[in-house]
Amino acid sequence: MGVKLLLEKAHIPGIRSYDVYRREGGYRAVEKALKEMNPESIVEEVKKSGLRGRGGAGFPAGMKWSFIAKPEGVPRHLVCNADESEPGTFKDRYLMEFLPHLLIEGLIVSSFALGSNDTYIYIRGEYAWITNILETAIDEAKANGWLGKNILGTGFDCNIHVQRGAGAYICGEETALIESLEGKRGNPRIKPPFPAIQGLWQRPTVVNNVETLAAVVPIINMGGDEYAKIGVGRSTGTKLISACGNINKPGVYEIDMTISVEDFIYSDEYCGGIANGKKLKACIPGGSSVPILPANLLLKTAKGETRYMNYESLSDGGFATGSMMGSGGFIVLDEDQCIVKNTYTLARFYRHESCGQCSPCREGTGWMEKILQKIETGKGTSSDIDLLWDIQRKIEGNTICPLGDAAAWPVAAAIRHFRDEFEWHIQHPEEAQIRNFGLQHYADPIHVPA
Amino acid sequence: MNLQFNDEQMTECKRLVARYPEGKQKSAVLPVLHLAQDSFGGWLSTEAMDYVAQILNIEPIEVYEVATFYSMYNLKPVGKYVFEVCQTGPCMISGSDNIIQYIQQKLSIQPGETTQDGLFTLKLVECLGACGYAPMMQVGKIYREHLTKEKVDAIIAEYTQQAAHQQ
Ligand SMILES: Cc1cc2nc3c(=O)[nH]c(=O)nc-3n(C[C@H](O)[C@H](O)[C@H](O)COP(=O)(O)O)c2cc1C
Ligand code: SF4
Ligand code: FES
Repeated sequence: MGVKLLLEKAHIPGIRSYDVYRREGGYRAVEKALKEMNPESIVEEVKKSGLRGRGGAGFPAGMKWSFIAKPEGVPRHLVCNADESEPGTFKDRYLMEFLPHLLIEGLIVSSFALGSNDTYIYIRGEYAWITNILETAIDEAKANGWLGKNILGTGFDCNIHVQRGAGAYICGEETALIESLEGKRGNPRIKPPFPAIQGLWQRPTVVNNVETLAAVVPIINMGGDEYAKIGVGRSTGTKLISACGNINKPGVYEIDMTISVEDFIYSDEYCGGIANGKKLKACIPGGSSVPILPANLLLKTAKGETRYMNYESLSDGGFATGSMMGSGGFIVLDEDQCIVKNTYTLARFYRHESCGQCSPCREGTGWMEKILQKIETGKGTSSDIDLLWDIQRKIEGNTICPLGDAAAWPVAAAIRHFRDEFEWHIQHPEEAQIRNFGLQHYADPIHVPA
Repeated sequence: MNLQFNDEQMTECKRLVARYPEGKQKSAVLPVLHLAQDSFGGWLSTEAMDYVAQILNIEPIEVYEVATFYSMYNLKPVGKYVFEVCQTGPCMISGSDNIIQYIQQKLSIQPGETTQDGLFTLKLVECLGACGYAPMMQVGKIYREHLTKEKVDAIIAEYTQQAAHQQ
């Protein structure tokens, strides 16, 4: 059993309520932070912890906090990103649904560190019932003196508000999220200025993911140095992984980032192996935007070393032979899955979610979707693969926000690793409608069921 | 204007607006549109959007811009129960195609259509953050997960009965 810092208490009956959460030691971090520490020392602890943003980009949280501008007389805001819309990702939902007070506690400490008197949780609109859970938790925290005016007699005022989005993946991007919080369309802003200087209502703003802000609680409780001892290298602490697809035990798992990908997939404590006795074909290890890997490159790096579930190891080999930790959305594909079809559904997703501001993204995502649909339905031509490659290359790096890259990478990786499957689709249009290409040389060579 | 929030809805509307600083009431447009959609029959007519603009003291175009951007706002009337079935990669590899086909067949409608009795609308949507519990759909404010054909049958029966009860 690995170390659990976030979900340790998730299974205690009634932990969603304030009374049980408090009885189990909840809100100790707020007491410690507000009474024994000051904003600077909290930022220092978070820096020492090595905590990296859990929303996808992995940017060091303490460093981000230290960038926030503090102009005289201008309010600052902390915004919690609970938009969670990256396909394959459902970890923030789990945390908020079962441990709402853990997030609220993390938000109070972080608001104090950043000087945010009005903190906003921007939650995806579809999580309507979680909005209610969070608002109940906020009311309880307020009734018990952890929110509101003059918290613990320290003179610090803080309120937390929950705002529902309304169905737009792009609003997970931090500047689009800010636009949406201002009541506008979710069009990402050109950076600079960065939100830390001019964010919500032109005020200095920090946007962090749900899991990042919840992790502040154990960091304050145990100290940044102790937190940093968990994990390996620059992958400190624990990470929530939402595992889905063709596995025996889909769900949300907390790992300490020292576990191998192989153990994560096959051990009963986590995914419990591939469902229905099938073979592992491929995996998208960090949410739909990160490169897909065939089984052999997933379990071992190109150098033949064991691959681990952490930031460095998952990206070992770069995009040529590696992938990324991303948001922790771990999507497993078995031998019956069609890579072309999977890539097509993802391309459709990105076309649907493009905000339309930049032509390479707006036009490119639609074009890629059309070509992939053509190949999938048996109407592809031999030049289509090169055309797809060309389009994705022209999107990548040429857009205002990273959604363009996020749309390009899955297509690029699918072609890079599964080109023969695309070719087979084009050469055997009729057969491709009836059966899947299968495993060929992609299969995990180790775990072949008898 | 005929559309109006009742007292309870108006209280909720004021609570939503009060979350933002003085002069930033435009920020409340997303939550107030949700409230309007829930209050006025599950969709947003031009009249409903104009009403929201009036309450928030902003131009109608500022409301239209928002309402047309976000996929949760229905700009056309929908059935009493909207089945929003997820079709993205993780759900697809877990069998969402079969579920979508089954619902189409069972209700005799295509995606985007409503049954003749006005009860059900089928809408195909992208990842709803339930990939580990796939296949799944959202109906109103709740998620129905781990869908099978049997479960779909039961859900349709449940809502049909519920609607009959309310008549
Ligand atoms: C298209 C797009 C979608 C994103 N969606 C999310 C999201 O749903 N949740 C999230 O926390 N971060 C998301 N991000 C990353 C945010 O822009 C931002 O980096 C993050 O919230 C910062 O928090 P962190 O440093 O704690 O990870 C997204 C980025 C892009 C480009
Ligand atoms: S890259 Fe796409 S989503 Fe991002 S700003 Fe440009 S058009 Fe919008
Ligand atoms: S892919 Fe269907 S809920 Fe995520």
